[in-house]
Amino acid sequence: MSAQRPASKSELMVVASAHALTGKRVCFVGVGLPNIAVNLAKRTVAPEMELVYEAGVFGANPARLPLSIGDPTIVTGSTATVSMHDLFGLYLQGGRIDVGFLGGAQIDRFGNLNTTVIGDYAAPKTRLPGSGGACEIAINAKEILVIMRQSTRSFVKELDFRTSPGNLGGAVAAAKTRAAQGWGGSGPSGVITDLGVYGFDDDGEMALRSLHPGATLDQVRASIGWEIRIPQSFPATPTPTDEELRLIREELDPTGAYVS
Amino acid sequence: MSTSKLVDMRTAIAAHVHDGDTVAIEGFTHCISFAAGHEIIRQRRRNLTLARMTPDLVYDQMVAAGCAKKLIFSWLGNPGVGSLHAIRRRTEPAALAPGESLLEIEEYSHHGMVGRYVAGAHRLPFYPLRSYSESDLPKVNPLIRTVQSPFGGEEVYAVPPLNPDVTIIHAQRADAEGNVQMWGLLGCQKEAAFAAKHVIAVVEEIVPTSVIRADPNRTIAPGLIVSAVVCEPFGAHPSYVQGSYDRDNAFYREWDTISRDAAATEAWLQEWVYGVKDRAAYVAKFGGDYFKGLTPTSAPSGSVDYGDYR
Repeated sequence: MSAQRPASKSELMVVASAHALTGKRVCFVGVGLPNIAVNLAKRTVAPEMELVYEAGVFGANPARLPLSIGDPTIVTGSTATVSMHDLFGLYLQGGRIDVGFLGGAQIDRFGNLNTTVIGDYAAPKTRLPGSGGACEIAINAKEILVIMRQSTRSFVKELDFRTSPGNLGGAVAAAKTRAAQGWGGSGPSGVITDLGVYGFDDDGEMALRSLHPGATLDQVRASIGWEIRIPQSFPATPTPTDEELRLIREELDPTGAYVS
Repeated sequence: MSTSKLVDMRTAIAAHVHDGDTVAIEGFTHCISFAAGHEIIRQRRRNLTLARMTPDLVYDQMVAAGCAKKLIFSWLGNPGVGSLHAIRRRTEPAALAPGESLLEIEEYSHHGMVGRYVAGAHRLPFYPLRSYSESDLPKVNPLIRTVQSPFGGEEVYAVPPLNPDVTIIHAQRADAEGNVQMWGLLGCQKEAAFAAKHVIAVVEEIVPTSVIRADPNRTIAPGLIVSAVVCEPFGAHPSYVQGSYDRDNAFYREWDTISRDAAATEAWLQEWVYGVKDRAAYVAKFGGDYFKGLTPTSAPSGSVDYGDYR
């Protein structure tokens, strides 16, 4: 087998996200990169994983890469196709989801997310799609993984709007709120970007965990709107294997619509 | 004994959609009645409150055509593509055209929107849910409020009932009495239908009642709650109908380009909505080969045995 060409930034994000799903059982999938990551994980590190789509499918088995969250391919061959009421009530709020993927226009140091507006809510500079299921995924999935590209516009000191709560203002307050208000989940556990993988320290603040091959700390610092925590030592994100790249390029995204 | 509710789309919209009404054309990505949306545009309805979990292109087009004064929703985008540009032009002050006003906006999350229909359908004063805790959404939508449990005092959020004047659902098939059967993504078709004062059911095919009764588990709405039945093949295009035709993703992408420009949007409406008299003319304008390209290969379910208990 000939060696694959080096991974693109998007492929690094997909492979790192798939690794974060090792051994997970039930995953709430988004479209785009999360969708490829989850399907890669299912073929490699998490073969038992059930794919849940917010459109109302549990145990999806997509035969093609869905453009939209409600593509017909997620229905055919699935374990269960249910109403939105069942999906959000029985499956998500009922506590059956292990991992949920979220993204956003803005994220802050505590993993809170904005998908609603840039600028003032009543007179927005940019009107974004809004919550969809994000607000309830953030609260009810047992853990949250975030996939986003880094820039000072998206990794910000202060959100313009908090659509989906993460670690609020810090882990201690967040833990109290989660217990008092009966949240099913424990909030964000990882952020995967085009430059590295981040986790959350005990106090709830984001910190670098590994740096992607080819990325530098200068790039990391220059694309985050606050002083990001960087530990004394940290590993490099594992380089994608030829088999992982082959699966992405030949089976999951053969036209390169998402990862090229 | 039974009365046929079968009418054409023009008659159904003329009878059940009025200026100022709250209208819900539901269907989550799947089974969105674009045929009804386009007829509402042709009949020039005004000041509508448009409710939908995901406004999708159908409400972008209706907003562009001047039908709406308010949107109630939970996710405002072109699924898999990006923004709804006609709606953005009516929500971002900097993009507003002279003489236009901002749309009224009332937004929820998906679970909250579903809950509004459920409360409406169940005739309950609210629907409690665990969403919205520590989100800014309740700050900008005063209809998202907290409620205390009478069993231990726990506080959760609640949303009010939503009872549309008319809900319009698309599905695979119905009989002439309006018993509607659907498979694939169910969205909140059932909840939105039961919450409404009137229901228009639009289907790909009218079948004999015996077909409905041979598979009663697949019925999402009984004729009891349906005011009008419209048979409209390809009536959900560019959305899709499971097993009948695929989502026209190419058009969803094309709309991104068209809708960025107000004049191009108006030209599209002139050609594809005002310029065709009904959905059959719209389908004919595409030509039969176009829809052949959207037809999936077959994947039938196995049949189940309900048993005969005479």
